[in-house]
Amino acid sequence: MSAPALTAARAGLIRCGDCELLSRAPQSGGNLSCPRCGATLHQRKPNSIQRTWALLIAAYILYIPANLLPMMVTTSPQGTANDTIMSGVVYLLSSGSWPLALLVFLASITIPLAKLVSLTFLAWSVQRRSTWQPEHRARIYRMVEIVGRWSMLDVYIVTIMAGLVQMQPLAAIDAGPAAIAFGAVVVLSLLAANSFDPRLIWDPLGDHDD
Amino acid sequence: MIVGMAPRALLACPDCDLLQREPEPADRTVVTCARCGSVLYRDTPDTVDRTLAFALGASVLFIVANAFPIVGMTIEGRSNTVSLPGALVALWHQDMQLVAGLVGLTTLLAPGLVLAALLYLVLPLHFGRQPPGVPLILRTLDSIQPWGLVEVFMLGLLVSLVKLEMYAKVVPGVALWAFGALLLVFTAMAAAFDPRSLWARIGTARSGAGR
Repeated sequence: MSAPALTAARAGLIRCGDCELLSRAPQSGGNLSCPRCGATLHQRKPNSIQRTWALLIAAYILYIPANLLPMMVTTSPQGTANDTIMSGVVYLLSSGSWPLALLVFLASITIPLAKLVSLTFLAWSVQRRSTWQPEHRARIYRMVEIVGRWSMLDVYIVTIMAGLVQMQPLAAIDAGPAAIAFGAVVVLSLLAANSFDPRLIWDPLGDHDD
Repeated sequence: MIVGMAPRALLACPDCDLLQREPEPADRTVVTCARCGSVLYRDTPDTVDRTLAFALGASVLFIVANAFPIVGMTIEGRSNTVSLPGALVALWHQDMQLVAGLVGLTTLLAPGLVLAALLYLVLPLHFGRQPPGVPLILRTLDSIQPWGLVEVFMLGLLVSLVKLEMYAKVVPGVALWAFGALLLVFTAMAAAFDPRSLWARIGTARSGAGR
């Protein structure tokens, strides 16, 4: 980098996270509230990296029971069948609807894991103050924000099926314990993405010029 | 104290903090950051009236989508139907209170609150009155909007219909169509709403009073 880009922070300004107004940063370094809307102003999200790490680690841990425990329990006169997320995908595949199988596989297995791995990479690169390809990393972050929500898909599928198929003793579908773990993974990774401050990706650029 | 009240104001990118000048009005409809490419804002003309129209339509669809059955099915003479609140109650009784809460938050509570908050803001504004507590409402709106997952729920509905079809014959209910329509109107409403213009009204009101 030749000349460092002029950011609000370098110009001594703070952008209000709520109403977007630019204010002068206080000289003393104390807290300031936005003169227009009254929100507390932060140059960057406080403790962004620590919070992101904590939420990511919790999400990784819960990702294991989410995939190993049953997501859906089907009871019929023939007996009880437990379905994990993966066996649900295999069932869709064997009954001939491979587009749906692919959709559920992407939403329930690929997207949650890709989201966790992407955020891990972003947090790690920011922590070591990397200057590698910031445009690329900014794009990764935007993708994570857009795509991440779709991982709720399987929770909704189970909700509808468990709500409708309650015809004991002929047939009953209940949500399994994986639904709790999986829901927690989705919420934790959403919070992790929220607590990550993408401006940290750009901050190390031009630092050596200061 | 307040910077950026000039005709072409200074903007800071929310995603990379780059300072840049707002482009000339009507230059572009979507303004993106010069450095990282993230969307700074979209040009949304008539935001109050268009948001109001979509929000009123969405309210009707929202009530229909939750009051009527989404789908029904019959197995060996026994039939059952399910609505969204009904499915949440069923989950709750299966000791899945956390999951019921999460699904309720993302499909009922968050979209409902977004609708209520938008109506509270744009209905009085349409008649030229400013409702009290605009900053609080805008802030609440900003924090609940990411939790509304109507479009994901809609896709989940379609997938579960196909899966249920493998067990028995399923009959789509009124609420299924209502959810489909709600998804479209909700998306249009979110695109029509421009919080920037509402914040700007507060700015002019306050600085006008101060000077």
